[in-house]
Amino acid sequence: MNVEVLMFFVGAVLAIAGALGVVLAKNPVHSALLLVVTLISVALLFLLLDAQLVAAVQVIVYAGAIVVLFLFVIMLLGVDREESLTDPVPFQRPAAIALGAVLLVEIFVLAGRTWATGASATRGSLSEPVDGQDLGNVERVARVLFTDFLWAFELTAALLVIAVVGAVVLARRSSQKPEMDAEDREIAETELAYAGEAADSVPPEVTS
Amino acid sequence: MTLGIELTANYYLVVGALLFTIGAVGLLVRRNVLVMFMCVELMLNAANLTFVTFAHELDDVGGQAIVFFTLVVAAAEVAVGLAIIVAIFRRRRGATADDVHLLKG
Repeated sequence: MNVEVLMFFVGAVLAIAGALGVVLAKNPVHSALLLVVTLISVALLFLLLDAQLVAAVQVIVYAGAIVVLFLFVIMLLGVDREESLTDPVPFQRPAAIALGAVLLVEIFVLAGRTWATGASATRGSLSEPVDGQDLGNVERVARVLFTDFLWAFELTAALLVIAVVGAVVLARRSSQKPEMDAEDREIAETELAYAGEAADSVPPEVTS
Repeated sequence: MTLGIELTANYYLVVGALLFTIGAVGLLVRRNVLVMFMCVELMLNAANLTFVTFAHELDDVGGQAIVFFTLVVAAAEVAVGLAIIVAIFRRRRGATADDVHLLKG
């Protein structure tokens, strides 16, 4: 059997099975692990499409960093107990599946009618030699990233900094207690019982 | 045996469309906020797969460069989103989207 075709079907079947598993698994930890299966299968498809750098980054950043962050938060919050998949709102699930089917049909119809066509290699070719040199995939992507997309590339640095600052601001404990309703106060009191010693050890001028 | 299959861009695009649809349906069906985020990641991945497929089809490296920007947006979204989940979780136990209706009029 043609190796490329075989690899494609292995990657495609695993990717879709993993994606279905993410949606159907009751335990969030299982969802996260099945997400890794999907991400690595998509990385395999990237390799088949001559996108070696993207495939490596997919494994390192997505499967390595983002899924670990998910698992970290799941473990931190202790939400790894099973969720009941029963439907609280009647007709929500059939409606969602029907909408999904409509979306899929819509994609196929639109993609079949107005197929995206355009000039080839406007940003540089994936296979042709550049300036007489036979470049690898990393050099080709780097070339376009640091010339045509330089401004966008610099903006991503700002975006990441803003995201980090936002995450820190959101996740740190605020020194001022927000107004609470009765349910929240009860929760906060049990929390304080856990963190009582830590709160006592903080000097008052720091918390003001 | 070759099965007589010629791999064209259509195969990859169908996989991308299926992944996107599964992610979208999962986002609507699941109520655990963390799983909903994972479904968003699935949808972003489907978009990435489509970009790379067209990069291959048009022999254009721009499609692969765009994937990096998608990655950055995904990473920023996960960082901020998980921080929001941690902040909500600190006020009320539970990671169910239906419980978070603070903005309801």
